[in-house]
Amino acid sequence: MSEGAAIASELWTIATFRGGFNATLVIAGTSLLGLAAGVIGVFALLRKRSLVADALAHATLPGVALAFLVSAALGGDGRSLPALLAGAAATGALGVACVQALLRYTRLHEDAAIGIVLSVFFGAGVVGLSYIQANASAGSAGLTGLIFGQAATMRPSDVALMGVVATVGVLGALLLLKEFTLVCFNDDFARVQGWPVSLIDGLMMALVVLATVAGLQAVGLILVVALLIVPPVAARFWTERVWVLVALAGLIGALSGYLGAVASAALPRKPAGAVIVLAAGAIFAISLLAAPRRGVIASAWRRARLRLRIAGEHLLEAAHDRGVDVIEPGEIAAVARERGWPRAARIFVAWSLVRRGDARRERRGALRLTPRGIDRGRRVARNHALWEQYLVSYADVAPSHVDWSVDQVEHVLSEELVAELESRLASLGRPAPAAPGGAR
Amino acid sequence: MTLDPALDLFPLLAGVLAAVSCGLLGNFLVLRRLSLMGDAISHSVLPGLVIAFIVTASRDPAAMFLGAALAGVATVVLVEIVKKLGRVEPGAAMGVVFSVLFALGVLLIEDAARQVDLDADCVLHGQLETLVWYDAPAEWSGAFAVETIRAAPRQVETLALVALLSSVFVIALFKELRLAAFDPALATTQGYHAGALHYALMILVAAATVASFEAVGSILVIAMLVCPAATARLLTDRLWTQVLASVGVAVASAAGGYAAATGIPAIAGKDSVNAAGSMAVAAGALLTAAILFSPRHGVIAKLWRHRALARRVAREDVVGALYRAHESGEAAVLRAALRDRLAPRGAVGLRAALRRGLVAERDGGLALTPAGRAEGEALVARHRLWERFLVDEAGLAPDHVHEAAERLEHLSGGPPAGPSEDPHGRRIPRAGE
Repeated sequence: MSEGAAIASELWTIATFRGGFNATLVIAGTSLLGLAAGVIGVFALLRKRSLVADALAHATLPGVALAFLVSAALGGDGRSLPALLAGAAATGALGVACVQALLRYTRLHEDAAIGIVLSVFFGAGVVGLSYIQANASAGSAGLTGLIFGQAATMRPSDVALMGVVATVGVLGALLLLKEFTLVCFNDDFARVQGWPVSLIDGLMMALVVLATVAGLQAVGLILVVALLIVPPVAARFWTERVWVLVALAGLIGALSGYLGAVASAALPRKPAGAVIVLAAGAIFAISLLAAPRRGVIASAWRRARLRLRIAGEHLLEAAHDRGVDVIEPGEIAAVARERGWPRAARIFVAWSLVRRGDARRERRGALRLTPRGIDRGRRVARNHALWEQYLVSYADVAPSHVDWSVDQVEHVLSEELVAELESRLASLGRPAPAAPGGAR
Repeated sequence: MTLDPALDLFPLLAGVLAAVSCGLLGNFLVLRRLSLMGDAISHSVLPGLVIAFIVTASRDPAAMFLGAALAGVATVVLVEIVKKLGRVEPGAAMGVVFSVLFALGVLLIEDAARQVDLDADCVLHGQLETLVWYDAPAEWSGAFAVETIRAAPRQVETLALVALLSSVFVIALFKELRLAAFDPALATTQGYHAGALHYALMILVAAATVASFEAVGSILVIAMLVCPAATARLLTDRLWTQVLASVGVAVASAAGGYAAATGIPAIAGKDSVNAAGSMAVAAGALLTAAILFSPRHGVIAKLWRHRALARRVAREDVVGALYRAHESGEAAVLRAALRDRLAPRGAVGLRAALRRGLVAERDGGLALTPAGRAEGEALVARHRLWERFLVDEAGLAPDHVHEAAERLEHLSGGPPAGPSEDPHGRRIPRAGE
């Protein structure tokens, strides 16, 4: 069997949970973690606190060092995970409090506050770790693993911990979905309505602390923030509803955790944390490009269609103004020059007119307008005239200045607006421009 | 504690140089609210470094620098793309870009670990301790010589170059940077290319990050980009002063942090701790000091001003109450009655008024002295003029204006004088009557 096929079959074995107890354990743990972090991260994103979570994650390091020193001094094993994570949670929460205090009591902005807490706390953690390395009798092997993560060494008790965290995170988010949503979208309104906004905010941050601390072992403190940020941002492309967002972010997080753990178990020298984050990053890139409404491709497509429609209408309008039924190629070129269309656009404009049923192709590239096309040209010309008159009579724009802005507006006037413009201008005693059919 | 040229000169120098270049550039990041761009860049240069490493299969500084600078620019561009095309909130956009790039870097490092000796730990917190000068002079007096420059390790040379570049950049383009920091749109309309300036700044930040990474690590870069500038920003309102102060703070953090890293453990007979981390903590300590003790923007100064204002308002309320009492014919008011009427700040205000000689004991109660009378007259005049103004000009009902006037009367300037009665028909006193 070739090497590629061997790797593929190994991947498949692990991906279907047959890769042995340890591999399955790691996959379960990181998937649960991804689920919880994705769900909780939605609120950090909506509250615009994504990077506060980064400061929080970096601020856990001094807590880890401190917890090690304290529990070693008390005669315990410094490396007991619950103690380390408790320390991490304590200084992480302290870091968040410091960010809030900097914002409240100084004139520094949020970016500076986050940068300060992140670097100073992490610096303190580095000092603590180097002290432990140089001076403590017990080894510090387990500690540096928390910086970059060490998913491979997860034990059943660690997975149980992640299970608890995922349950608490998801349950908390679901129970408080309404409150969190309210505070995220309009905290002033929530306060006026009598909601305890600081308490809700505090609970939200507590969940973020929980997810961060739970992620330290699997992905490490530098990358754990990615699990909180990337899945919600990716999910945001697909929906405008909060509960769908929560479900999708949880799903994307779990999927990243699953994919990352599988890949890192099957391939040599692939740290799980980094692979998990890259998997989430890939899902983000796909969402950015391909999401149906907010995606880059979809919105580029919509913009292109709108521009084609407007260009076609300009062509129809030009034909109407000159009173012709057949648009010669020379005419298309003239309009194209006047409007500054690129050369390729001429073909597309003609094609879109034919496709919409506004024109038929004639010999030598000429277009014969259908009755529908003639009517549309008339309507656009009339909208142009109406809006121009409106600007001159109501907005006091000089007649010689209205043409350019009208060119933009004429394509988007609705039937109702046209009717209102007619009655307004009639009440002013101005003759409305010729109605469809009147000009010809 | 004694410092030894062989062990301490170059680490100290590297720390100070890194601190100076980052501190200088940080001023403009903090002002433009881009502090986290420094954070993002210093995380995401990692893949650039590793790719340069893999491509050239050496630690060639020029290639590393190029790779990192490209990664830095790529970060800025990617953040813009995610922000604009994806309509993602700026913080989250930054978080997505730098965390994914950093993950890529970690993955590449693990992959390339067999060929090259680079590890992610040293990128984070540096290896200042390895900058040993083996044939250093035994005395510090010998260290100020041409030999020192010749013996300087490559990391120190690179850092010196970046520090020089940053200084030249800031000094030469100070006017443009200032304009772009406060009003990029205006800068662009004035013909300065704010966008180009932005990218130049970002490239220099990336350069400072790369130059620093081997010696001091990226965490110190972030600390020095933000903390000294933030400290200086709390100390002054002038940009020049801020820039100079930030350099001072950066040097003090680096030197102080280094001294603490070796000195404090030495007292307890322990080995020294990581110097870069200690410098970051020192920067945080200086910032904390500025937050507390800055004369204008410090917390203590603010509290003090607050207290002084509260005491003045309480004192003026005492004087005003006594003036009104005299107006209605009471020659003196009992101390307890006055305190109760103005609770909860009556006692404080009374103490202040007595100390200033505005109030004196009379007939077993309290009465205004001539000086107190003058202050009370001015205060009550302001109160009634404000009531008049609020009724006449702001259209409030006469029975709604007292509360507002009660606050406005303590402002130094009053509304235009002229009316002789307030909306309740009381006389408005005039100075000198």
